[in-house]
Amino acid sequence: MIDVFFQYDFLMYSLYTSLMIGFLAPFLGVFIVVRRLSLMADALSHITLTGIAFSLLLGRHYPLFAALNPVYMGIAFSVTGSIFIERLRNVYKFYKELAIPIILSTGIGIGVVFISLANGFNNDLFNYLFGSVIAINKQDFYVVIIVTIIVTALLILFYKEWFFLSFDEEQAVISGIPRRTLHFLFMIMVALVIGISMQIVGILLVSALMTLPVAAAMRWARGFKQMFFYAILFGEISVLTGLISAFHLDLAPGGTIVMVNVLILLVSITLTKKR
Amino acid sequence: MKKERHPLAIDVEGVSFAYNQRNVLEGIHLKIPQGSFLGIVGPNGSGKSTLIKSILGLLKPNEGTVKLFGEEINKFDSWSRIGFVSQKANSFNSGFPATVFEVVSMGLFGKIGLFRFMTKKYKQKVYEAVKQVGMEEYLSENIGQLSGGQQQRVFIARALVSDPDLLILDEPTVGVDAKSVRNFYTMLKKLNNEKGITLVLVTHDIGAMSEYVTEVACLNKCLHFHGNKETFENKKEEMMSAMYGHDVNLLEHNHEHDHHHHDHDHDDVWRDKQ
Repeated sequence: MIDVFFQYDFLMYSLYTSLMIGFLAPFLGVFIVVRRLSLMADALSHITLTGIAFSLLLGRHYPLFAALNPVYMGIAFSVTGSIFIERLRNVYKFYKELAIPIILSTGIGIGVVFISLANGFNNDLFNYLFGSVIAINKQDFYVVIIVTIIVTALLILFYKEWFFLSFDEEQAVISGIPRRTLHFLFMIMVALVIGISMQIVGILLVSALMTLPVAAAMRWARGFKQMFFYAILFGEISVLTGLISAFHLDLAPGGTIVMVNVLILLVSITLTKKR
Repeated sequence: MKKERHPLAIDVEGVSFAYNQRNVLEGIHLKIPQGSFLGIVGPNGSGKSTLIKSILGLLKPNEGTVKLFGEEINKFDSWSRIGFVSQKANSFNSGFPATVFEVVSMGLFGKIGLFRFMTKKYKQKVYEAVKQVGMEEYLSENIGQLSGGQQQRVFIARALVSDPDLLILDEPTVGVDAKSVRNFYTMLKKLNNEKGITLVLVTHDIGAMSEYVTEVACLNKCLHFHGNKETFENKKEEMMSAMYGHDVNLLEHNHEHDHHHHDHDHDDVWRDKQ
């Protein structure tokens, strides 16, 4: 069943990309969930949509942009959005979660205007929203590899600092951990991972891959380190089975990946009920 | 790490602080010698936490200076010499998936520093700190599974793991049952006696604390009393009614008019009564 993925380059790129995002999204997702930022991934993915719509619009008028993969513009927008979220979280110190609906609705609002200007929906856009098995070309694939290496390295390098900040921000600051810089860096990483993940799982479902495996892991893990083990395990299972079944059944992979995740989650909740 | 032996662990000189023009602290002078076990008492809203935050450099006082081990607070950089157990420590998100080992190891992260990792040596320190508070059986339990008293011990271990010379505890026994509170104080006393750690304990629970500390300070906006425990015991009744009783409003009113400073040696002056 999986053989076919090694017969065609574009399928092979999709497969390897999936394996990398199945690792990265839950890895980052553990920090997102314990910091209670689960919805932030949603806000940033909607900003990514704005960027993609903007790029598609530019592509219609300037041939130069038509050659550019809209995902890069999407990543640029989502990095910018992450900066605004961090700012807004400081503006509304006591209602930090307000930053999320503000950015989310701004993203969709502007995105919809761009889409209308570009003469409405087309097939490309559908793929960006729900993911595609054949979206990754060689160049994209290299970008995915680079982002994977950078984000993994940063997560390992600052693991203890992010762990401390997530658990007890006040104490972490007292012991001299640079809170602002690390929060900022973290947001940018989230934006980057959304950018590369959305090509497979789609904008609307990318946050699922960051939160659902973590939600399932929480039922099993003893301690923080184990959270990563379970979250990544569930993430990989879901992208692999999701991608393969999407290809064979001709479905959008975003949907199948999320369905597998929901299944894992339900099983986890049922089996660990007594705790 | 060099440990110059300055006689004072904490030296607070003339510290005043106001939130939105409302005075919270007024002209506080407090010298805490190394090796002492000081209990700071005062009613809710008396500025205890604000004083602690100023000592930890989290708040900048409007007036006055704070020195730690003889060094100005804005130049002080050996924060690993100071352990802090906050009031909030036991109101953390108890669903957080972290083991006792992981929580205690956080106490070392500042000391280890950026771009460096936990080594065997540091892990050993974590084991020792956990043992010190008698929680070694629970090393790989999730923190949320423990009782309030056990969690508090874990947070003490986290504060102890970096071998601090000064340990500051802000209302550490809130939500902990009476028996655990006594065990907890006994453990603190032992740390003070055996390791010579300077302890500052902030609490509104005067009864339990006074058996264990060596010095007491009473705070309600200004420092009403600071001296050794014996003097405090003699003056206790008087002070309690002054600080918690009905005439507390009157006293606070008086402060508006008379602004003379207190100093540390004024053991037996209960100025608001005069």
